[in-house]
Amino acid sequence: MDPVSSTSPTKQKKRSKFSQKVSDFFFSVYNIHLFIIRFFREAFVPPFEFKEIIRQCFEVGVRSFTLITVTGFIVGLIFTKQSRPSLLEFGATSWLPSLVSIAIMRALAPLVTALIASGKVGSSIGAELGSMRVTEQIDAMEVSGTKPFKFLVCTRVIATTITIPILATYTGFIALLGGYLNVAQNEGTSYTSFMQQVFQPLQFLDFTASLIKSIVFGFTIGIVGCYQGYYSNKGTEGVGKAANGAVVTAMFLVFIEEIIIVQITSNFR
Amino acid sequence: MEKQKAHIDYKNPVISIRNVAKAFEDYAVLRGIDLDLYQGENLVVLGRSGTGKSVLIKLISGLLTPDTGTIEVLGQEVTTISDKELQELRIRIGFSFQNSALYDSMTVRKNLEFPLVRNRKGITRAEINKAVEEVLDSVGLSQTINQMPAELSGGQRKRIGIARTLILNPEIMLYDEPTAGLDPITCIEINQLINQVQQQYNTSSIIITHDLTCAKETGDRIAMLLDGQFQRVGTFNEVFNTTDKRVKPFFDYNFIQ
Repeated sequence: MDPVSSTSPTKQKKRSKFSQKVSDFFFSVYNIHLFIIRFFREAFVPPFEFKEIIRQCFEVGVRSFTLITVTGFIVGLIFTKQSRPSLLEFGATSWLPSLVSIAIMRALAPLVTALIASGKVGSSIGAELGSMRVTEQIDAMEVSGTKPFKFLVCTRVIATTITIPILATYTGFIALLGGYLNVAQNEGTSYTSFMQQVFQPLQFLDFTASLIKSIVFGFTIGIVGCYQGYYSNKGTEGVGKAANGAVVTAMFLVFIEEIIIVQITSNFR
Repeated sequence: MEKQKAHIDYKNPVISIRNVAKAFEDYAVLRGIDLDLYQGENLVVLGRSGTGKSVLIKLISGLLTPDTGTIEVLGQEVTTISDKELQELRIRIGFSFQNSALYDSMTVRKNLEFPLVRNRKGITRAEINKAVEEVLDSVGLSQTINQMPAELSGGQRKRIGIARTLILNPEIMLYDEPTAGLDPITCIEINQLINQVQQQYNTSSIIITHDLTCAKETGDRIAMLLDGQFQRVGTFNEVFNTTDKRVKPFFDYNFIQ
């Protein structure tokens, strides 16, 4: 019997839907790849949009600042509180500042910042560019002899790549402050002693890896947000999809990148 | 207000379209059209919604590429020129969008400055201010200079959209549904503005519309787009002096209703 004819129409339909999804996925990967190449081709060629880059840096910073402050503080506080019982069992609560600092500086600060920025900044970039696409503002820029990609995409991607590492560093210190308040309350450790213990276990590689991670995350959030918005479909539905796609894709990629970078940096330890 | 007689050079086409076809997936929108726009002329393209009128001007400005055919604008073949040449050519073409497409994060002043600053290297602040004030004055909206697009009425947005294209002194103007969604009085004002632009800036224009009043008041020639092709091209009376069942209802609806 012919194997094709033996398959039910429902199964065939499911299979074709699945293959369509697979091909759409690879098509998107290919398009993002072209989008990134275009970014590097246009971003470093004059004229430079310095004013717009500064404005976007300010926007990215302001949009996430409050949320990052609160979240960073809570993460530091909770992480310290939750780690204490385990260390207490071994009578090693004096190691708490070192444990907290390693966890925060190596992983939590860049990751928490990137996740919050994906939600706040990525969605906002996706929605903003999506609505500009829908209302033909991007076309208007193009027909007036200007380069919308350079003005809208390059500036935003550069802004997220610069600002997110700064925010991640800030998150790290706010989280340490949260950790310190908890340690000071329970162990009565002084600020100077806490800070000494915080920086003692940290190596240059920790700071470098954390910085590289934040730069990669910032670039990813910017590129994904811009890609989703710049190529959003027409209509208000397209704007919603662009915002949503920007958040989901950026968060997913941030985790993938986290795994890859951790694997690479652990080889250097 | 009666339209002044335009100085049209019928020997000098600024846009020549030959055998252009465009399809979206299986739907053929344009099926091998030919059209010329002459120097100093206002050409109105009429047709029902979805007949490819807006697609036509997007092809002319290089926002879309045709499946077949050639589009020559100001002596340059749009489909084959480089990105840089296309960018330079676009400065010579003004495009007024159906929904004005004003940059809603910028004030009116910034909207007008945007193309100027990016296309006129070495322009001084004083020259920018002068150009902005002049062009705003020519569309009669000097008082809106510091307002945001969201604070403007539909008619004002249309005028600012036209002003933004005029600031680069284009040789060709492309108007996409200039009177769509406006009240009759504002429509008359926009029609007068289109004629004023033709006289004052000596532009050649393509006006996309399905508003016959706009067509009659602004057009030197009318081209009727039906079934993906130009079925009738001529003066307003030539186009509508017909018993063609696809053309006649268009006229009857607009003027009898």
